[in-house]
Amino acid sequence: MMNSKPSWQVGLAVLLCAVAMATMPMLATEATAPMSRGTTSLVIGLIALSGVASFAMFAGIASAALLFVGAHGAAWLLIAGVAGNEGMARLPYFLLLAAAWLLAWRCVAVLSAVRPVSKQARTLLRLLIPAIFGAWILIIWEAVTRGAGIPFILLPPPSAIAARIGASLPTLAADVRQTIFKAVLFGYVVGCASGFVVAILADRVPFLRRGLLPIGNMVSALPIIGVAPIMVIWFGFEWQSKAAVVIIMTFFPMLVNTVAGLAASGHMERDLMRTYASNYWQTLFKLRLPAAAPFIFNALKINSTLALIGAIVAEFFGTPIVGMGFRISTEIGRMNVDMVWAEIAVAALAGSVFYGVVALIERATTFWHPSVRGGRA
Amino acid sequence: MLMTVNQATATRVDQNAVVEARQLGLTFQTNDGPVRALSDVNLTINKGEFVSFIGPSGCGKTTFLRVIADLEQPTEGKISINGMSPEQAREARAYGYVFQAAALFPWRTIESNVGLPLEIIGLPKAEQQERIKRTLDLVNLSGFEKKYPWQLSGGMQQRASIARALAFDADLLLMDEPFGALDEIVRDHLNEQLLRLWRQTNKTICFVTHSIPEAVYLSTRIVVMSPRPGRVTDVIESTLPKERPLDIRESPEFLAIAARVRDGLRAGHSYED
Ligand SMILES: Nc1ncnc2c1ncn2[C@@H]1O[C@H](COP(=O)(O)OP(=O)(O)OP(=O)(O)O)[C@@H](O)[C@H]1O
Ligand SMILES: [Mg+2]
Repeated sequence: MMNSKPSWQVGLAVLLCAVAMATMPMLATEATAPMSRGTTSLVIGLIALSGVASFAMFAGIASAALLFVGAHGAAWLLIAGVAGNEGMARLPYFLLLAAAWLLAWRCVAVLSAVRPVSKQARTLLRLLIPAIFGAWILIIWEAVTRGAGIPFILLPPPSAIAARIGASLPTLAADVRQTIFKAVLFGYVVGCASGFVVAILADRVPFLRRGLLPIGNMVSALPIIGVAPIMVIWFGFEWQSKAAVVIIMTFFPMLVNTVAGLAASGHMERDLMRTYASNYWQTLFKLRLPAAAPFIFNALKINSTLALIGAIVAEFFGTPIVGMGFRISTEIGRMNVDMVWAEIAVAALAGSVFYGVVALIERATTFWHPSVRGGRA
Repeated sequence: MLMTVNQATATRVDQNAVVEARQLGLTFQTNDGPVRALSDVNLTINKGEFVSFIGPSGCGKTTFLRVIADLEQPTEGKISINGMSPEQAREARAYGYVFQAAALFPWRTIESNVGLPLEIIGLPKAEQQERIKRTLDLVNLSGFEKKYPWQLSGGMQQRASIARALAFDADLLLMDEPFGALDEIVRDHLNEQLLRLWRQTNKTICFVTHSIPEAVYLSTRIVVMSPRPGRVTDVIESTLPKERPLDIRESPEFLAIAARVRDGLRAGHSYED
């Protein structure tokens, strides 16, 4: 069995444990609540034993499960042990953290090699692997910021950010409502729709194509920092001015992509439609727009992130006292970095969900495209 | 030139000329200078004829079909389709075209690919269904209605594209090497089917092929072309009966015509040297 082979990750982890034992103690001597001998041995034992035992397992799943428990148990003990001793961690602490991380790496490697038969298990694995990845970013972030005592202003630990999110749910919800459900969604829909319509117009009327594309190009090159305050003057402090910024930002990618997409259908296919004496609109709806779909979805995906950035940045230039950009700009002034990070986390989540939804719709609509079905052209 | 006389007399008598080309020429302006794809083509194709075009690669067979279909504009001479200009004929949906490649839309199932022209001309749904079923049966693709083109082999895709042209049901059928991608058995089958369809419907068919036996088996007339510039070098009338079982291909009459076509092709080549 391949997964019962010794691996370099586990070997290195065990080596790190040995070095850590030689350089004890884990915390500086002046620590207020030093880690007990029992905890220390438990951490080392967990890492070393689960690592070595994972070789003896025949099934990949069992081996991965052991590694999973060992890595995360050790990480948990390390993070719990540093509570009250922020900034006191010494070399062995970080060595053991690295060892636990190596076990998690090995665990993911073993899991990636597992080929489960059932569909549900495959889906579960597809989700589990990135989840372990993400979890370890947070674990290392937490353990390092607290262990090394990184100043709160510089980088707060994720636990503090989570606590802030939990404590400020109503504020965050109001900000999301203001920024995402008003400015972003409205601006995105209007910007994408108008980019699309203008692309069709430009396609239909050649002189528009020659005139509009360069102007559109220029508009897209306008610096958002310059546009946002002007939009505030034109449309006021409320969300409408932010939506205007989003419209300006999303319009052009949609225009250019749709124009490119409309040219993407093959010559033979267009000749075919010609032999049927198909009129402009029939050719547009039956051939050119379906062929343009991958391009249009590309623009929709690009715009989903652009819209969020545009709306948040636009709020730096005068807003009512609500909104994600407003919150970030004021809380950073008050040194409430955990709130800034909370907004960043919410924005990242919202952006991923937005992008994910567009990507899902894309997969369902352009199922026929070689890039989606993964076949020959 | 015997055949020129032959053609000239034919045009005068026939009221039912479907395709009439006079001194037709076409020069492509390319980046490395002009390319004469067709030169001095005189040809009359009458209603109900099955005309094959045969000749080496690049001799302008596709170009001639595309001129008939108004997909290419001639630079010299005149051409009329059913007495109309190619553009009017195209707008009147006078012909169906089978391209050298299948050109199916990957986002449509086979069924709805075949139904595409029917949607465009706005046939009632029931009639669309009926024609789709009939033509898919004809090309042996029943059971694949719900598949997508990329789930089918190249030959099956080409058959679907033939079904699509047949479903369109125009009186003139322009076919550009439709069976080039198919294996021998399927090709024989489709040759038979096409002949039967032609006999039953009295369609006029222009058919490009590289295969001498195929041309002889199918055609009432075989037009031999040669390249640089693309022109008609010989037109061979078939003396075979309309009813043609597959084994007619072993008959001496068949072999004699095939030999004439081969000689015509050779003559076209030696002309070049
Ligand atoms: N759009 C075009 N632009 C420039 N030259 C062209 C174009 N289409 C065809 N030609 C040239 O015209 C000539 C005739 O081409 P055509 O496609 O009609 O040949 P063909 O007889 O169909 O050949 P094949 O048997 O390989 O299909 C060739 O020399 C080709 O290079
Ligand atoms: Mg050709």
